[in-house]
Amino acid sequence: MSEPAEPRARLVVERPDAPRPTDAELAREHQRLSETWRVPKGVLGWFMVVDHRSVGMRYLVTAFGFFIAAGILAALMRIQLAFPENTFLGPDKYNQIFTTHGLTMMFLFAVPVMEAMGVYLVPLMVGARNIAFPRLNAYSYYMFLFGGIFLFTALLTNTGPDTGWFSYPPLSGPEYTPGKRADVFAQLVTFTEVAALAIAVELVTTIFKLRAPGMTLNRIPLFVWAMLVTSFMVIFAMPAVVTSSTFLLLDRLVGTHFLNPAVGGDPILYQHLFWFFGHPEVYIIFIPALGMVSMIITTFTQRPTFGYIALVLSLFATGFIGFSVWVHHMFATGLPQMGLTFFTVASMLITIPTGVQIFCWIAALWKGRPQFATPLLFVIGFIVIFVFGGLSGVTLAALPLDLQVHDTFYVVAHFHYVLIGGAVFPLIGGIYYWYPKMTGRMMNETLGKANFWTLFVGFNVTFFPMHQLGLMGMPRRVYTYPAYMGWNTLNLISSLGALLLVVGGVMLVYNLVHGLRAGAPAGENPWHADSLEWATSSPPPVYNFLEVPIVEGRHAVWERSPDRPVVTGLRSDIREVLVTDVMDAEPAHRDQFPEPSIWPFLASVATGAFFVASIFTPWAVVYGLPPIGLTLIGWFWPKKPAGEHVAEMMAPGAPDPVAPDLHA
Amino acid sequence: MGRARAIAIGLALAAAGCGGVQSALNPAGPQASAIAALTWRFFILCGVIYVLVIAALIWALARRPTPRDETAEGQRRLGRIIAGLTVLTTAILVVLAVSSVVAGRGLISPSGPGAITINAIGHQWWWEFEYQDVSANEWVNSPNELHIPVGVPIVIKAMSRDVIHSLWVPNLIGKRDLIPGIVTHTWIQADTPGVYRGQCAEFCGHQHAHMAFLVVAEPRDRFETWLQRQRRGAPQPSTPEQQRGHDVFMTGPCVMCHTIRGTSAASNIGPDLTHVYGRQTIAAGTLPTTRGHLAGWISDSQSIKPGNRMPPVPMSGEDLQALLAYLETLR
Repeated sequence: MSEPAEPRARLVVERPDAPRPTDAELAREHQRLSETWRVPKGVLGWFMVVDHRSVGMRYLVTAFGFFIAAGILAALMRIQLAFPENTFLGPDKYNQIFTTHGLTMMFLFAVPVMEAMGVYLVPLMVGARNIAFPRLNAYSYYMFLFGGIFLFTALLTNTGPDTGWFSYPPLSGPEYTPGKRADVFAQLVTFTEVAALAIAVELVTTIFKLRAPGMTLNRIPLFVWAMLVTSFMVIFAMPAVVTSSTFLLLDRLVGTHFLNPAVGGDPILYQHLFWFFGHPEVYIIFIPALGMVSMIITTFTQRPTFGYIALVLSLFATGFIGFSVWVHHMFATGLPQMGLTFFTVASMLITIPTGVQIFCWIAALWKGRPQFATPLLFVIGFIVIFVFGGLSGVTLAALPLDLQVHDTFYVVAHFHYVLIGGAVFPLIGGIYYWYPKMTGRMMNETLGKANFWTLFVGFNVTFFPMHQLGLMGMPRRVYTYPAYMGWNTLNLISSLGALLLVVGGVMLVYNLVHGLRAGAPAGENPWHADSLEWATSSPPPVYNFLEVPIVEGRHAVWERSPDRPVVTGLRSDIREVLVTDVMDAEPAHRDQFPEPSIWPFLASVATGAFFVASIFTPWAVVYGLPPIGLTLIGWFWPKKPAGEHVAEMMAPGAPDPVAPDLHA
Repeated sequence: MGRARAIAIGLALAAAGCGGVQSALNPAGPQASAIAALTWRFFILCGVIYVLVIAALIWALARRPTPRDETAEGQRRLGRIIAGLTVLTTAILVVLAVSSVVAGRGLISPSGPGAITINAIGHQWWWEFEYQDVSANEWVNSPNELHIPVGVPIVIKAMSRDVIHSLWVPNLIGKRDLIPGIVTHTWIQADTPGVYRGQCAEFCGHQHAHMAFLVVAEPRDRFETWLQRQRRGAPQPSTPEQQRGHDVFMTGPCVMCHTIRGTSAASNIGPDLTHVYGRQTIAAGTLPTTRGHLAGWISDSQSIKPGNRMPPVPMSGEDLQALLAYLETLR
């Protein structure tokens, strides 16, 4: 530390009559905060980082890496299916490739990339210095990374999972999939679930307890609401799939017979558990995208968010109803009709909150004067594609109709419409939108527009014909098809569309990389946007905000009063953060955030080794758990109290560290 | 070979006079017809909704806002419109849900008593259809070719010997999963005579793509004739070559997996071959039944359908020709 901090006993809120700090004081504060929150350097330092921007960026880059890998797999599949009786890939390779494509897109791209956006943006949007549980955040990233390396190592050594992303037993059981392929599936799920659950807990805590003063519930940005709903859905949904994949692993490793019908196990139980996770999973991916759409529309219409409360309630309604529709994946199993009717109705019901949001967005565009920048183009493309996918979803909710199109290319078309149209388009829009904040530079706007049109046309050419293929009887997951089925032309068109998607992907990557060097400097707030992340420099400093802002309205940047009240009294010589209460974001107390540490990395190595070893031998439990325990002890080893900070808190009669009243 | 095979099976199916032999849009039975009607209702209604939403979006993007939009009254008006649209959405969903449930009820059980009951059994990667209503000593088992009389409902007991499969004949019925350990009931009916193609719809491993079957729907009398023929066992070999083929079969690996009724071959790991040459396809809809294809299949089935459960059966050319001569008598 350059100099001892000024001891300040109380948190106070600066009032209009208080003197503003001079530039010199601010410069000193900047220096102190930079020192305190510095990101460790060097090779060892790289593994110690706990800062949410660095971890979020690693998450984003890694997830996009997996997106590209899974996209290449998709391109290979489209080459194989371009012609009937094609011999480009045999069934063995094709089955591994389509399974790995699905697993990667779901577990290593879609969920992580949305959570990564949350990790990066949520602390900035709520005015926090870091995400809650920053070491857990680092641990989560390594688990995710190891999971991905694990899956692709398996694929490249011809051990890629080949039973589909839901790997139903008994096909995935020990009898019909000997070898390790299905174990790779089960443990990939474990890796990514641990990573996802960790982030969900961090985000919920950040959103509940680390909001800047004044950010009451009805002022929380919509993306933050969306991440809150998604995080809760992760917390409720993921345990179900951890259970099902653990059943599978145990059946395969130690012969537990949970799922073996030959001895009274139940393969249908697996389907219930899987889809109790699997359907909410779709909303886990899609809800953050809805948050991005609302933010982008607000910025590019330069009007207060239209229908804020309706939008928030819709997110929650989607989150709740999302848990009562899973059986529509199991309509063909022969469950009793009465029960199926319930799930038909629930599956249709979920259209209502989604419809409300679409209406609100169209109304916002109607009464605003939209600026057609690239992010908004992607949002408009989202509406055009997603509404179609939503309506095809309504047809899938209808039991009789589903019995015909279930497990056909119609379903493949549907879920690519809702996942690419519903989640990836807003995500790419979001990348174009937040890239200046994350890098300090703008992406190329002309190339961005060309990028949009390439992807939009490519997407529809690729996936629209699949609806018809499904109705014409083409099942999904077939590695080839006879020439006389009448599917040849549509498949060829679809494969040509995939070529356009590849071109669009290359354009996006080029624009991302090119922008780093050649992009125009962005400045603090290039879009004149409304939320707090735009109230700090681009890219944000390690401590996020020089002075923790006080939020005065739903649109924090647009509604700042001229005197710009801020929080003072937080120490800058230690990693001190302000903790506020859930409802009104009133300051509650202060907390000291952890320093960078190597332990989360070591713990993730120990956990990863345990997960990988447990596909080979039950002894992994015996030899694998002690190292995890040791690393966790290192991780949680009590620190020396930070001097006067704790003394002050503990001294009898010390003044209450809590701010008395913000609005006094 | 691929092209020739395609043309051969394609001709066999087209001869039955159908446009789409595996298409939900070309229904030929009461269930598929009810579903197709529902499908078109959904498509038309959803299509209209889609066009309206996109039209509203285009209007919203093209329109120049007026100052009135930002007034309290303007906001309220917009709020009311959205509330109205939400109510309308709900009403449309009620209509769709009710029509779906009504159509769904019609699919549960056949309108009349089932004429016969057939066990549909899934295997990796072929289908077994057992006709239950014939006496035990006249057991009828028709792998990969389901014959049904036209105009009457047939009860199907769906089950699996290994992994989960899904029975699906788009022109006739939607899917029904075949789940090991569970027997479920469904029914099938064809109103138009013809040959329809069905295919496994639940991913079941390596050769999921080549797990097809044919449904032959024919008038009752022709069906009865077929059933009568199926009840018979295999004829005795009548030439020395056929006899040699018979011996090759009974002393080679064939007998380990297959049944030929009327002989000592009685294993049920692979399809029943008692009437193999009377069926239109071999290898679960993969190849047309011709002497050449059969020869290729026996010699090296793994290059035709990689991963299938039949090992290559090496034999001398003369043995193979004799075996083919014998198999040709199994009609």
